[in-house]
Amino acid sequence: MGRYLLKRLWHTVYVVVGISIISFFFIHLSGDPVMLMLPPDASIAEVETLREQLGFNDPIYVQYWRFASRAVQGDLGSSLYFRVPAVDLILERLPASLELAGAAMLIALVVSIPLGIISAVKRGSLWDVSSMLGALFGLSMPHFWLGIMLILLFSVTLGWLPTSGRGSLAHLVMPSLALGLSLMAMFARLTRSVMLEVLSQDYVRTARAKGLKERLVIGKHALKNALIPLVTVAGMQFGFLIGGTVIIETVFAWPGVGRLVVQAIFSRDYPLVQATVLVLAVLFVLVNLLTDLVYLYLDPQISYLERK
Amino acid sequence: MNGTDRDRFRNLRATLRLWGETLMALGRSPGAVIGGVLFGLIIATSLFFPWVYAQDPLAQDLLARLAPPFWQEGGSLAHPLGTDNLGRDVLVRILYGSRVSLMVGFASVLVACGAGIALGLISGYYGGRADSLIMRVADVFMAYPFMLLTISVIAVLGNSILNLILVLGLSDWVTYARTIRGSVLSIKEKEFVLAARSAGTRHHTILLRHVFPNVLSPILVLGTVRVANIIIWESGLSFLGMGVPPPMPTWGRMLAEGRVYIMDSWWLVTLPGLAIMLTILSINLLGDGLRDALDPRLRNIPR
Repeated sequence: MGRYLLKRLWHTVYVVVGISIISFFFIHLSGDPVMLMLPPDASIAEVETLREQLGFNDPIYVQYWRFASRAVQGDLGSSLYFRVPAVDLILERLPASLELAGAAMLIALVVSIPLGIISAVKRGSLWDVSSMLGALFGLSMPHFWLGIMLILLFSVTLGWLPTSGRGSLAHLVMPSLALGLSLMAMFARLTRSVMLEVLSQDYVRTARAKGLKERLVIGKHALKNALIPLVTVAGMQFGFLIGGTVIIETVFAWPGVGRLVVQAIFSRDYPLVQATVLVLAVLFVLVNLLTDLVYLYLDPQISYLERK
Repeated sequence: MNGTDRDRFRNLRATLRLWGETLMALGRSPGAVIGGVLFGLIIATSLFFPWVYAQDPLAQDLLARLAPPFWQEGGSLAHPLGTDNLGRDVLVRILYGSRVSLMVGFASVLVACGAGIALGLISGYYGGRADSLIMRVADVFMAYPFMLLTISVIAVLGNSILNLILVLGLSDWVTYARTIRGSVLSIKEKEFVLAARSAGTRHHTILLRHVFPNVLSPILVLGTVRVANIIIWESGLSFLGMGVPPPMPTWGRMLAEGRVYIMDSWWLVTLPGLAIMLTILSINLLGDGLRDALDPRLRNIPR
């Protein structure tokens, strides 16, 4: 287990380095920042001087090294538009995004797991067929469109919920539902298929043969084993949630990181775009690491070195 | 007919029989039939609609701005699904939008498939240093949230239909490469590969003739599902204003433009979304059916 952890940590490190290289590359591709800093009528000599001063004439690996060592110290450059450090802006907006993503994940898990279990246990019943059909529809709806439909129904027609902004619980309902529904559909399908597989295993038959109550068989023996793939998939879907918040925050004017990055793109604020992307990607890597640790806790028998 | 020709003929017959069986299995699943027919209809409509409904998607009928669909009061059959804020016909814009979505969906999946298959085959078959390098890069790509990757590239390169296809395709190669690599790892130990090898067949011939045909079915299943995902992402990017640039009508941008008029003109925000949903639903139904028909082991693949 110690070796596995070490390997996993090493994996995290090189992935983060890789991500930082990609991010650095994008900053480079986005054009010459010197041109943005100087007035348009600056002479070539002035441009050259500033380039030299800022180190843009250094070899690219020197420039990357400088970028990386600053990034490690928490300096991801400054926003061209807001003229403050990008990290400050991101940290200010991050709680709102995490709240939204967390709520979406929570809704998805709370609804989908029971749904999937009942479907698996009552396989072929009307309940099973209709909830799986519902899940298929849920998977087929783009979440931003679902968001608009929710606004049309609950805000425009019924007038129950506020259309946009953040604040009360009522503000959170529609964005998190819009973001969470496709996850809910996916988890429900996954829970059902995993449960079906688990329910056909020998230990479940043994548990039933012992005369255990069906509720115990399902709740204790089957569910615990079915949870393992669910945890992995839920962790991996965090990446989807990050992408999803970008659009959903725009639909609902939710003051999070996703909206920040969209605004930054339209104001050509590349340092802010890249800083946000870097922070979110690293966050995603850390969540995946956490997921693996939970996985390890849930299923200590698995020898990871053998599986690799 | 010499020996090789006969072998080839036999091979072809076996392949055809396999495809026939797959089709039969597909035909037994009602979901797959419905999905397949629906998707076929959608493709046919997007290709042939100008012969039936020849309207200009950019023509502005300023006297009929924000007209509702024909069944509602104030609507007319001149614009069956109503008009937008500039008096453009919603139906024909949805139809043109289907071309964009399907084209971007298919083309991106082809790009991703091409890159993923090549890298996956190399990685799985040759192993060694190439394998670990490719898989390290794959890890990094996996860790980079898809949407962020596409957004940051589009932000830098600008949005055009070609950029969109390349970006969506190249961000998505990892899943294919991993799937292929896994299949190749098990296939390359099989007797028929070892036999070909000991008969002196070259590596790239083995890869193309013996390994590649055997990894096609997971790729087909994966590709189908990914077309749906790419279409959703494309509409999302278009919604944000980072997809196919105007004036080409796209479902995502129609929704973004219609959102301003949500208070009075429900059709502008509802109908393009329904078009997306129907398309994705048909692909998903077909994909589920394909997966069950081709490879029941893939049943747990998450989406």
